[in-house]
Amino acid sequence: MSYQTLGIWIGALFTLCILSFLYKDNPFYKFAEHVFVGISAGYGVALQFHNVFLPNLWRPLMAGNLLMIIPLIMGGLLFTRFFASISWLSRWSIGMLIGIYSGIAIIGFGSGDLVLQIHGNLLPLWGTGLFTALNNWILTVGLIACLVYFFFSKEHKGSFGVVARIGIYFLMISFGASFGYTVMSRMSLLIGRFYYLYGDWLGILPQ
Amino acid sequence: MRKFLEIINTLDRRWIFVFIGLAVSLPLFFPIGIKFSVSHPVQGFYDTIEKIPDGSKILMSCDFDPGSMPELYPMTITALEQMFRKDLKVIITCLWPAGPPLVERALAHVGAEYNKQKGIDYVHLGFKEGKEVVMVSMGASIPNTFPTDYHGTPVSEIPIMQGVTNYREVAMIVNISAGYPGTKEWVQQVQSRYQIGLVAGCTAVSAPEFYPYYQTGQLKGLMGGMKGAAEYEKLVGVMGLGTRGMDAQSVSHLMVFAFILIGNLAYFTLKFMKRKESG
Repeated sequence: MSYQTLGIWIGALFTLCILSFLYKDNPFYKFAEHVFVGISAGYGVALQFHNVFLPNLWRPLMAGNLLMIIPLIMGGLLFTRFFASISWLSRWSIGMLIGIYSGIAIIGFGSGDLVLQIHGNLLPLWGTGLFTALNNWILTVGLIACLVYFFFSKEHKGSFGVVARIGIYFLMISFGASFGYTVMSRMSLLIGRFYYLYGDWLGILPQ
Repeated sequence: MRKFLEIINTLDRRWIFVFIGLAVSLPLFFPIGIKFSVSHPVQGFYDTIEKIPDGSKILMSCDFDPGSMPELYPMTITALEQMFRKDLKVIITCLWPAGPPLVERALAHVGAEYNKQKGIDYVHLGFKEGKEVVMVSMGASIPNTFPTDYHGTPVSEIPIMQGVTNYREVAMIVNISAGYPGTKEWVQQVQSRYQIGLVAGCTAVSAPEFYPYYQTGQLKGLMGGMKGAAEYEKLVGVMGLGTRGMDAQSVSHLMVFAFILIGNLAYFTLKFMKRKESG
């Protein structure tokens, strides 16, 4: 038996173990779940060590780049969380991490989402052809109604309440679309697994 | 009638699993060939790559892992087919740790089919931890961010990487994304900042979140899930898992639709009957 065939058999048996949960919880499912969690954790640690720690910190440091002592110390401070008396030291590293990621995320969100998405919703409501205009009206009304629904400083009563209710309907439609896409995604995964079982493992699928 | 409705109302969920299993399995053995059309976002994905001059360099980021393989692997294969047919030079990166083995598999498959050479026609730079930081860092220098390729060859020795410093030297970016980091981050950190053409293929779950980016033109094309993959395969002329899975996808959706309809009808009819009986 070649390594490839062995791999296919292991994959198929673990797939069946996981699918057995659909009947009820059982030791085969538990076994597969624990193996998966263990392997994932091990793979993650090994990958981070070889892909992050060694090339980004250890090797440059060993090559004489003394600036790398700073990230080494900052990284080491994260482990002070294990010791109650000095755990406050880890906040320096966490603060730096949050600061860097916040800075990057805020710039990206501002330029990529906020400005361009607002600009993208400033649409002409007349003179663009019937269907485009209708589309733009739906989008504009939906946008305003949804924003009104999330405006909580005024009670949702009277005409304001009617607009908020229209906002709920728009939100429901969008949730329905998202759910439909989620069903499609999950079915795709199932199709992929069945394809693997019937095709790669059993070899009984028509070509 | 009432007994039937009560059975439906209290139906063991495992029966639903059996029906869904059959709905997915049978079309795989007995294909129906349900017709489907190509949507505008997928056409945009195809057209954007087609418009790139032959021989240009393209950056492709494969940000997924085996968990989303049925949806995204067919897209990766088909995108590579289209790019290799046009003789585009492909620089591949991964921002998901389990992505590189899948990329290697795809390159071995499509690269051999088109007789493409590693290092000349394509390069696989592998995985780099850092998420958005990696994207921003590549804007400054791709060789500094990825000093070696997946196999450890220094990028300075790789022919395709000669003259590539940052995003300015690539004609466009193709992103295949399963979540974070992925399409959203490429739009926010790279497309909006460097004004570079970006097309994306993503899982169906995340597709609704990205359609606004297509509407504003931040994404030139978008593929969502296996359906998107099937449409793209149709345009490129490839018979892949996306196309082969469409029958199973359609039948299983009809089954879910039928269950929702029957379940609701049974629930409300029974409720109505009980109310009528109690006066």
